Formats: sequence, structure tokens, C-alpha cells
Amino acid sequence: MSKGTPISPSLMASKPSAAKAADSVDSVDSASAVLGPNRVVEPTEMTGSEAIVRSLEELGVDDVFGLPGGAILPTYDPLMASKINHVLVRHEQGAGHAAQGYAMVTGRVGVCIATSGPGATNLVTAIADAHMDSVPLVAITGQVASGVIGSDAFQEADIVGITMPITKHSFLVTRAEDIPHTLAEAFHLASTGRPGPVLVDVTKDAQQSKMVFSWPPKVDLPGYRPVTRGHSKQVREAARLIAASAKPVLYVGGGVVKANAAAELVQLAETTGAPVVTTLTARGAFPDSHSQHVGMPGMHGSVSAVTALQQADLLITLGARFDDRVTGVLSSFAPNAKVIHADIDPAEISKNRTADVPIVGSVKEILPELTEAVRAIQERDGGTDLAPWWAFLNKLKEDYPLGWTEPEDGLLSPQKIIQRIGELTGPEGVYVAGVGQHQMWAAQFVKYERPRAWLNSAGLGTMGYSVPAAMGAKVGNPERTVWAIDGDGCFQMTNQELATCTLNNIPIKVAVINNSSLGMVRQWQTLFYDGRYSNTDLHTGAETVRVPDFVKLGEAYGCASFRVEREDQIDEVIMQALEINDRPVVVDFVVSPNAMVWPMVPSGVSNDLIQVARNSTPVWEEED
Amino acid sequence: MARHTLSVLVEDKPGVLTRVAGLFARRAFNIHSLAVGPTEVDGISRITVVVDAEGDLLEQVTKQLNKLVNVIKIVELLPENSVRRDHLLIKVRADSMTRVQVTQAVELFRASIVDVSTDAVVVEATGTTEKLDALLTVLEPFGVREIVQSGTLAIGRGSRSMSDRALRAS
Repeated sequence: MSKGTPISPSLMASKPSAAKAADSVDSVDSASAVLGPNRVVEPTEMTGSEAIVRSLEELGVDDVFGLPGGAILPTYDPLMASKINHVLVRHEQGAGHAAQGYAMVTGRVGVCIATSGPGATNLVTAIADAHMDSVPLVAITGQVASGVIGSDAFQEADIVGITMPITKHSFLVTRAEDIPHTLAEAFHLASTGRPGPVLVDVTKDAQQSKMVFSWPPKVDLPGYRPVTRGHSKQVREAARLIAASAKPVLYVGGGVVKANAAAELVQLAETTGAPVVTTLTARGAFPDSHSQHVGMPGMHGSVSAVTALQQADLLITLGARFDDRVTGVLSSFAPNAKVIHADIDPAEISKNRTADVPIVGSVKEILPELTEAVRAIQERDGGTDLAPWWAFLNKLKEDYPLGWTEPEDGLLSPQKIIQRIGELTGPEGVYVAGVGQHQMWAAQFVKYERPRAWLNSAGLGTMGYSVPAAMGAKVGNPERTVWAIDGDGCFQMTNQELATCTLNNIPIKVAVINNSSLGMVRQWQTLFYDGRYSNTDLHTGAETVRVPDFVKLGEAYGCASFRVEREDQIDEVIMQALEINDRPVVVDFVVSPNAMVWPMVPSGVSNDLIQVARNSTPVWEEED
Repeated sequence: MARHTLSVLVEDKPGVLTRVAGLFARRAFNIHSLAVGPTEVDGISRITVVVDAEGDLLEQVTKQLNKLVNVIKIVELLPENSVRRDHLLIKVRADSMTRVQVTQAVELFRASIVDVSTDAVVVEATGTTEKLDALLTVLEPFGVREIVQSGTLAIGRGSRSMSDRALRAS
């Protein structure tokens, strides 16, 4: 480096601290960078397409989701002979979400395969979703032959270009010999550091030509060096702030789940005694039943969680990113709090909220060190008295518990149904939501006790995520009960994957929370557009033409199908659904369209203005 | 808004420039100038990019740039300890009446004439942005027909190399 100024040296750890660069530039040590059992394969001649399948096998892949087409056809031939389980989806978006669901429950890389052009573009939503929620995903797409790229050939789309802003990285492979190392690099990138989607676009001629395969390949990524170990001076400084804080909050995000650091989190929480809030992507990262859990923060968070953040003097931010749905108006978010921000992605730190103590690294490694450092201070100086803070928060928990009022139209309350699904299925189940009201209720009223039990499309907010993601989750966790808690709007976007589920013996259970409308949009129309319901009525529910009839639809797909319209049917049908394991189940829960998600922080205002019900804001300065 | 010069070492792979430029575009940053070329290390290119940006926004974009897998290192080069040069070709009217004046102006700026025709010359000049602006001002009255300009090139002063700490020569 010349006498220039490196950008923010304390945070630049992810690239080039000089010493590190020097010994790792040639290639990352291939033994550690290549996933899978790392068997040695002596040089063997094969085609590029055989090399794709063989590479996936050597990377330890068991299941993939995809749909063939012209440009990926060569690869589907050797796939037929492979022990890899390929699940044939009905739409490529389903393959993408299924791979996400698979990755979320197993912690392994999810794999989806599609052909060029429309096959690839159909993956785009799932790739963008995985990018927003940091899901390890490798998407393999066929591409037209390298000689005709750029000529508007049949089914040609520049998928590398299209996905550039929504992938962690992408590769265009035009030579067969580049396939093994590119796939190894793709898996390494997808699964390490901040996980994310990686696209590998392979031309048809690369698949068809001969190459010499050997394993393991050399992973050569000189510009990629994620830092996992937190800076110890920063960790000590964080511990000092924690020890000095009277109103700390552990603000826990999805990074804790991705890092498999739930156990380490409990250690820190119990050592500090601080309240814990779990964001929408972190539900289950800390047990709901734990006395220190104060709820989910954000637009539809609990009063106790939202207020804990607002009134805190210290945010201990772990794998979270100050998303606007959590912070509300950023300038009024947690105005008196200092911020410790631990994240593996240096770009997240001080992106939205300036961190007083930034720690770049994996929470898996930071949490034990931080716990130890806090413990050392406590042993020396004694612990901090958090009793007044807890008295305040416990009063809020008591005064403003999550709840609902029964609908006045005599129809079923969706919250109750979702709560009963959770209670009757229990914490060992997997719950996969779509996007909208039912998603928020599933986040609020199912109790999560373990990580990787709750899947949803948080950042991108993809309607239609639920059914295919549940399918992928069931493939990844075949022994667990997997519920797709879906809405009638979402369900109509991706329910064709029920065919995939039935034919491949993937017995998921779908609870369609059918309020006959695009419920969350309708809620906003009720609250902010004078009840003018522009284009939100779907005609699927009570007293409508029921197009489509979800029971008939489920039956057409070979699913056990039920309709629930009365209170006394709720438990009975849920129990029935739980008994059926030889085919998918669809339950049409016909609910009130007037139920709304509360609490709510209206868009564009401070979190201090959280409403527990319409026009009802909690009283803050209550004297006891 | 302050002007910043970033030197970015990247792997010489297809699409790298698109990825780098795309990041600036997504944040609605205007790239003032851009220069790309090979370096003393095989397979490594260096991008010099000049942008107008506030400090903390620039820091965010720099961090995002750092996340690009093909980006190896980023350094901001400050004016006081770097050398920066632009390269300029100007086609200016110069007939028998004005050619002498044009030639004198070019000599004053230590630029050179690299093509002559009956009614025009092509002037080649290298220098700082300020010097080239001044040259343009002087040539303007003769009638500037065409300008083509390189992006700013910048290098740190002193003996150290940007690449030797980021890359081990193999």
C-alpha cells in the first residue's frame, strides 16, 4: 500500500489485513475450503455434465430441487444415475424456495437447478429472497452454448447479469474443466461468512465437452476472507459497557441462527441477566419460554420487546441489521442506547445505526468470549442490579400481553387457529409461513423453543414462500412435522408444489388461513385508506363463490383435505392432520377477514407510538 | 460533496467492472472518472475511480465493494500523498493563420501536437485535472472540435506498492 488511507481499518477485517493476506492468497487451503467428505478422486475423464453431478456428490449433497430444460438437459442425464435425490418441482421458483427451506432447517447449502432463460429467471425471486435473509443457496442454471451467448438465442437470458445485485457471487462457466473448482468455490462462498445465494451458470457446450475430473479441486478466492474471530479489545470494551449498563437489551437477529449459536446466546443472556428480544428471523434462537425473553420487536412486535429497545441504555446487537421493520423511524429508535454491534458482515456495522462498539466476526466465536469477559468483570466488581429494569419490563409484559379480540362477524379468529396449531404440534415441529397477516400471527402465537423451527420470508417478503419452503424443510427434516402456515393469497401463488409433495411422498401440512383477501393489504386499507378495499378481495372465503375451493384443490392434488368453519372443529381437524403422514394435508381454515395484526407501529412514526389496538397506545409514565 | 479517489485491486475476471460500477449505481453515486488496466501482478487489475460522496456514504459503499468476491483491496488515495494524472487528446482548429499561436500554447503547457492537417491539430497532454482545464481554456478560442479524456490515474508516493501487502507474488 502506498501512503493512501485504507478505509475504516478497524472494520476492514473481512479483506486484507496484510499479514493474513500474505499467507492465504494463493488459494484458501483446499482441505478446509472444500465442503463435503473430501474424498480424493484420481484424474478421470468425463463430460462436464458428469462433472457437475460428481462435484455435487463429492460436496456431500444429498438432495436437490429442480426442473429440466434444453440447456441443462445434458446434466439431467448423469443425474438419473446418481444417488443424489432430485425433487422435480412444478415451477422453478418452487425449487428455489424448497432449497431455501432445506437450507434453513438443516444448516446445509440448499441446491436448486434450472434451465436457461425462463427457467433461470423463475429462480430470481427465490435467489433475491435468499440474499435478503442470508440463506446458503447454490443455484445451478444451464446457459446456451458459449458460441451463441449474446445472440438472443432461444431461451437465452443473461442470468449472471440479472442476478448480480441479488447474489453473494455468481459464475459463468464456459469450459468443462472449470466446473469442479467453480462448484467448490460456490459452496464455500454460500456457506461461509455471511451465508447467501451463489449462482453457477454453465453453458451447454461446457456440459457436453470432455474434461479430466479430480477431487478435491483448488479453491482460489483471493478476495474472500471472512473474519470469524472478534477483535478481543472490542470484546472487552463490549463487556465493560454491559457491566456498566442498567438497562441492557440483547437484540438478537437471524445471524445467531445461521451461526448455530443459540446455546452460546443462552450463556451470555444468563450471565448478563439482560432481557432478550428475538427478531422475525431469530424466532427460536432463544426459547420463548425463557423468563428473560421479552418478545419480538418491530412493527408487529410485542409492547415489551419494542419498549425494551426504545428505553434501553445499551443494545447488545447480535447478528441483526437494524432493519426498518424493527427500528421504525431510525432517528427515534432507541434514542438513549449505546450500541454494541456484532456481525460477520462488516458492511452491516454502522450501516443504519452507528455502532459504539463494532465487533466483526461470527457470533459463534464472539459470544463465548464476551460471556467470559462479562463474567470476569462481574467476579471483580460484582454484578449490575437490573431489578428496576426488569420490574418495568415485567409490568409491560403483564399489562400488554399478546392477544386478540374475537371477531364480531361470528367467523373464526385466525390467531386462535394458529395458536392451537402451535400448541397441538409442539416445539419440535417446523413452522413455515408465507407473507402477510398470517405470517405475523405465526411469529406471535406459535411458541418457539429451538432455532430452525421457524421459517419465513422476512427481508424480501415473498408471498408464496410457504408451500415450497415447507416442502424443502420436510425433505431436510423428514422426521419432523412440517406445517406450512399460509394465507389464501400466498397459497394461490405456489400451491402447484402440492403435486410435487404428493408424488414424492413429502407429507407437509398446509394450514390455509383463509380470510378471503390479501389480509395485510386490507388491514392497511382499513387503517389508512378509509376502508376502501381496492383489489384485495379474493373470493375464497365465507359466503363467497369460493374460487378456487381449497378443499377440492387439495383433493385434486392428492392431499387429505379439510375445511374448518366452526370453533369445535379446530382441535379435531388439527389432530386429524397430525395423524396423517402418508400424504400432504390441506386444511382450509375459514376465518374472519376483519381480524387485524396488533400491536402495530404505523409506518413512518416512532416506535414509541406503538398501538396495542386501533388508536390505543400504551400509557408509558405510569406510577406504581 | 467531497471528491474521493479510490484505488481498487481486482481479479481480472469477466464482469468485475460491471459489479464495481453497479454498486456505485445502486447507491446513486455518480462516477466522475474511471480508469482500468493491468498491474505488475498477473491476473490482477487496478481500477481508479473518482466519485463525489459524503464520507459516511463512501464508507458504506467501500464496505460493499469489499464484499465483492473479486475485489482484493481498496485504498483511498489522498491528494497530499499521491500523484494523479489525466490524459487528454484535443482536436483543435488550427489553420495557417492560427497554427503558430496554437503551437505556442501547447508548448507552454508542455503538451505536444501528435497530428497535423490543413485546418486542425490533435494535441496530446498529460497532467493534473487543473492543468488540463487550464490548457482547454487557452485552446477554447481557437475552436475545440473534439475532446477525449482518460480517467484519472493515481498512485501513492513513496516506495511501497499497493499490491505487495495484499498479494504475495507467487
